[in-house]
Amino acid sequence: MAYPSIVHEAYQAELNAIREKGIFKQERFIHSPQAAGISVEFPAGQAPRRVVNLCSNNYLGMSSHPEVVAAAHKGLDERGYGMSSVRFICGTQDLHRQLEQKLTEFLGTEDTILFPSCMDANGGVFEAVLNDQDVMIADRLVHASIVDGMRLCKAMQDTFKHADMKHLEQKLQEHQDKRVRLIITDGVFSMDGDLAPLDEIVALAEKYNAMVFVDDSHASGFMGKTGRGVHEHFNVVGKIDIITTTLGKALGGASGGCVSGRKEIVELCRQKARPYLFSNAVPPPITAGALKVLEIVSASTERRDRLEVNQKFWRQAVPEAGFVIKEGASPIVPIMLFNAKLSQDVARDLFQEGVYVIGFFFPVVAAGQARIRTQMSADHDIPMLKDALEAFKKVGAKYGILGLDKKGIIEKYGI
Amino acid sequence: MKQTILDYIKNEYIDEDEADEVELDENTTLISSGIVDSFSMVSLKRFLEKKYSISIPDDQATPEAFNTVASIIQLVEKFKK
Repeated sequence: MAYPSIVHEAYQAELNAIREKGIFKQERFIHSPQAAGISVEFPAGQAPRRVVNLCSNNYLGMSSHPEVVAAAHKGLDERGYGMSSVRFICGTQDLHRQLEQKLTEFLGTEDTILFPSCMDANGGVFEAVLNDQDVMIADRLVHASIVDGMRLCKAMQDTFKHADMKHLEQKLQEHQDKRVRLIITDGVFSMDGDLAPLDEIVALAEKYNAMVFVDDSHASGFMGKTGRGVHEHFNVVGKIDIITTTLGKALGGASGGCVSGRKEIVELCRQKARPYLFSNAVPPPITAGALKVLEIVSASTERRDRLEVNQKFWRQAVPEAGFVIKEGASPIVPIMLFNAKLSQDVARDLFQEGVYVIGFFFPVVAAGQARIRTQMSADHDIPMLKDALEAFKKVGAKYGILGLDKKGIIEKYGI
Repeated sequence: MKQTILDYIKNEYIDEDEADEVELDENTTLISSGIVDSFSMVSLKRFLEKKYSISIPDDQATPEAFNTVASIIQLVEKFKK
């Protein structure tokens, strides 16, 4: 063992620097299943308190759905706890094949391959299908896992301004000499809650002979009229070459992700994608639970419809109460506070009022764009949201920000 | 050179609806203020290399070297020689 003091001290200094910047993350302990209402111990050691959860990705309320839990139990009883293998050695069960087929049907693609997570799907897909004759052109606000995946790939990297089609077109023109042009975007952007204009992106891809990649993690299960995703919302199902998504949000909330799309691309991932080849198969209780989730969301749109009702209520009520929100059409509703400290203070006070939210600031979002990200769930109901709104109004009044616009908040608190 | 680089940064990194709010000159910090991040910096590096027929080694293309137009000019001058 060698853990010299020079190293030990350097680590401590780095941790102290994170604390001094005010960006040290502390976990809060939840003493109940994941749900719209949860019991939370925070700070550590305090008695847990019941709060409304406005910051989970449990969009469809599937994380603790009794039928999903029962299906996971059955999977555990009938197929065991884990696979003790990667997929291609002895880690593939009939359940994996079924889940991949069901995801293909649900997403309207040609084929699907499961990964341990969508982070892994994004980490592996680019390197598996692109080479140094190609270019990846990504929206600047794509998820960190895409940025990491792109860095592992030998293709040229380029970016375009967030959702700016003129800029994307300029980039596509610039890169006409490449073998493959791959346009890369999130479907719903996780921090802003806005949608990638996939109809326009597909039109540009057709005009400039490019492929399209969409990470639909914050959309699969509820965007579009039957919940297939942002491609359904914009009526471009079948025109997206690569969709990555997660089973860790609306589609069950446990873990697992996938690459879904053109069959050759999926097959290349099966042969070459390193996070797929060198990581254990998704465990049986999760594959069984995810199959049940897909059965439920394919049979009825009731949950995504309820989510839409909640989202519409919240998007209307929060600005009416005097807050500034980011416009969008997703259940992610950022309440803008602009100042980093203000976002932390408001989140802390809301917790005392029974509302669990997190304040985000630079570098997670752009400097001067601090916010509280609220996320709707089908498991919320209107009375619950009305109570949360009252808490927001109380805390907003305490800080004197109700009715202030961006300029007003910045004048009062600075950036 | 200064104006060429400033024009490129304006077109490449500033959203049209924010163009009036952002004051940009050779001393404006680009990286630490979040106008340019490490993910989108590659296109700036490629632009400089093409425009001035130079090659900037990756270990020299640091966030510090790209933090202002003034420091970018210094970097370009170093490799033009």
